[in-house]
Amino acid sequence: MFEELTNGDSFIHGLDPRGKLIVVFLFSIVVAAANRFQVLLGSLAIGLLIVLAAKVPARELIKRLIPVNMLILFLWLFLPFTFGGEPLFFMGSLAVTREGVFYATRISIKSNAMMLMLIALVASTPIFSMGHAMHQLKIPKNIVHLFFFTYRYIHAIYREYLRLKNSIKIRGFIPKTDLHTYKTFAYMVGMLLVRSFDRAHRVHNAMLCRGFKGDLYSLKKFSFKTNDIVSIIFMMAMIVIMGVMEWARII
Amino acid sequence: MGPNHLILNLEDICFNYTGGPKVLADLDLQLFKGDRIGLMGPNGSGKTTLFQIIMGLLKPSSGSIEIYNTPCKTEKDFIDVRKKIGLLFQDADDQLFSPTVLEDVAFGPLNLGKSRDEAMEISLNTLNFLGLSGFEDRITYKLSGGEKKLVSLATVLAMEPEVLLLDEPTSGLDEKTKITLKNVLSGLDLSYLIISHEIDFLSEITDHIYTMENGKILFDQEVHAHQHVHAHPHGAYKHKHD
Repeated sequence: MFEELTNGDSFIHGLDPRGKLIVVFLFSIVVAAANRFQVLLGSLAIGLLIVLAAKVPARELIKRLIPVNMLILFLWLFLPFTFGGEPLFFMGSLAVTREGVFYATRISIKSNAMMLMLIALVASTPIFSMGHAMHQLKIPKNIVHLFFFTYRYIHAIYREYLRLKNSIKIRGFIPKTDLHTYKTFAYMVGMLLVRSFDRAHRVHNAMLCRGFKGDLYSLKKFSFKTNDIVSIIFMMAMIVIMGVMEWARII
Repeated sequence: MGPNHLILNLEDICFNYTGGPKVLADLDLQLFKGDRIGLMGPNGSGKTTLFQIIMGLLKPSSGSIEIYNTPCKTEKDFIDVRKKIGLLFQDADDQLFSPTVLEDVAFGPLNLGKSRDEAMEISLNTLNFLGLSGFEDRITYKLSGGEKKLVSLATVLAMEPEVLLLDEPTSGLDEKTKITLKNVLSGLDLSYLIISHEIDFLSEITDHIYTMENGKILFDQEVHAHQHVHAHPHGAYKHKHD
């Protein structure tokens, strides 16, 4: 899944994951709250810059941006028509409003800017390090564990799904629009849930057998180096400038 | 052997899953230091349940468990048991949960309070011992079935247990990996209890083979080496000659 990318050796890969997490978090808050196009375009530029610095291959980048933009495409189908305001032009009897178009554009830019930052973060940080960084940043243990195990077992559940899918396929199942199909899919989802629950139980048991007391320890030591400090100061400055531009309405 | 060598003493253990029939019925089992025991029995005869009861993962409905002459009843009692007894699960995917092999093997030692460096050293040595050097940074879910099994064994051995409980360690393994496993087990100075359906495998690495039936253990099958001078269908299975 993501591991293929975390073996890179860019400047961003070498940074302390704690710093990266804080920066992405603050960046996302400012971008989510911002409304002015100057600020939003700025954030998109920063996102692109970071992704370039993390040397994320273009193909992988596009692959990860497609799902978000599919969702945004749906917004474009509805928002320009349903948002009240001054009509720009008419498509048949439907009015496309200025406000609607602006709103959809804002959402598109915001989502893509945030996704670029997140992709750079995930692509440059091994999941285990990320979990430990979250832990050290005092994010509640349960959330960290949830994050960590979801990541680990998504693969196992996916394989279970493939096995189930094959087993119904070899018995001649062809999905149609009928009750039999719905029932089969319902059974499959139910089976996956039950099996995942059982597996969670067994994994927990296996962990207890190895002395698990609710803590995950990391083999890696984190330490802020000059690179980290410089990058954090730089990014913080960017975020503050964006904030000031937004709320003081400079430029 | 005297009581000092008695590791495990189960008496009159009964167990049933909620609403189900009795899986274990007045089961007795003793394990002494140095014992190497194989456990056979039909599917659903309670072998895995027995292991889970020994580890304190399931609570028996009646009966007593003594491990190293200490009665074990509560979860707290079993925390110490788990430091001395290592359980290898049937499905390696249940055992391996960390993204990389090294982190998974080091998980146990870290829980036992070892420092990072010690845990790292123990893990690397264990991997080395199992012929898995170079596997440290491999992604656990991308390993092959045999590799997963050996890495799971490494995670258990890294805790330096005195007793091993192995639940069908050979299932799904090819001949080559089975031989590796055999060599590893016979080279260990540990007591162990192995569940398996493979009589050949058990007879090579254990001294006694017990059978489980109707929730009880039958202790009558001692392993005798005998030479085969003929071949016939199913010759690999245990049989008697006149």
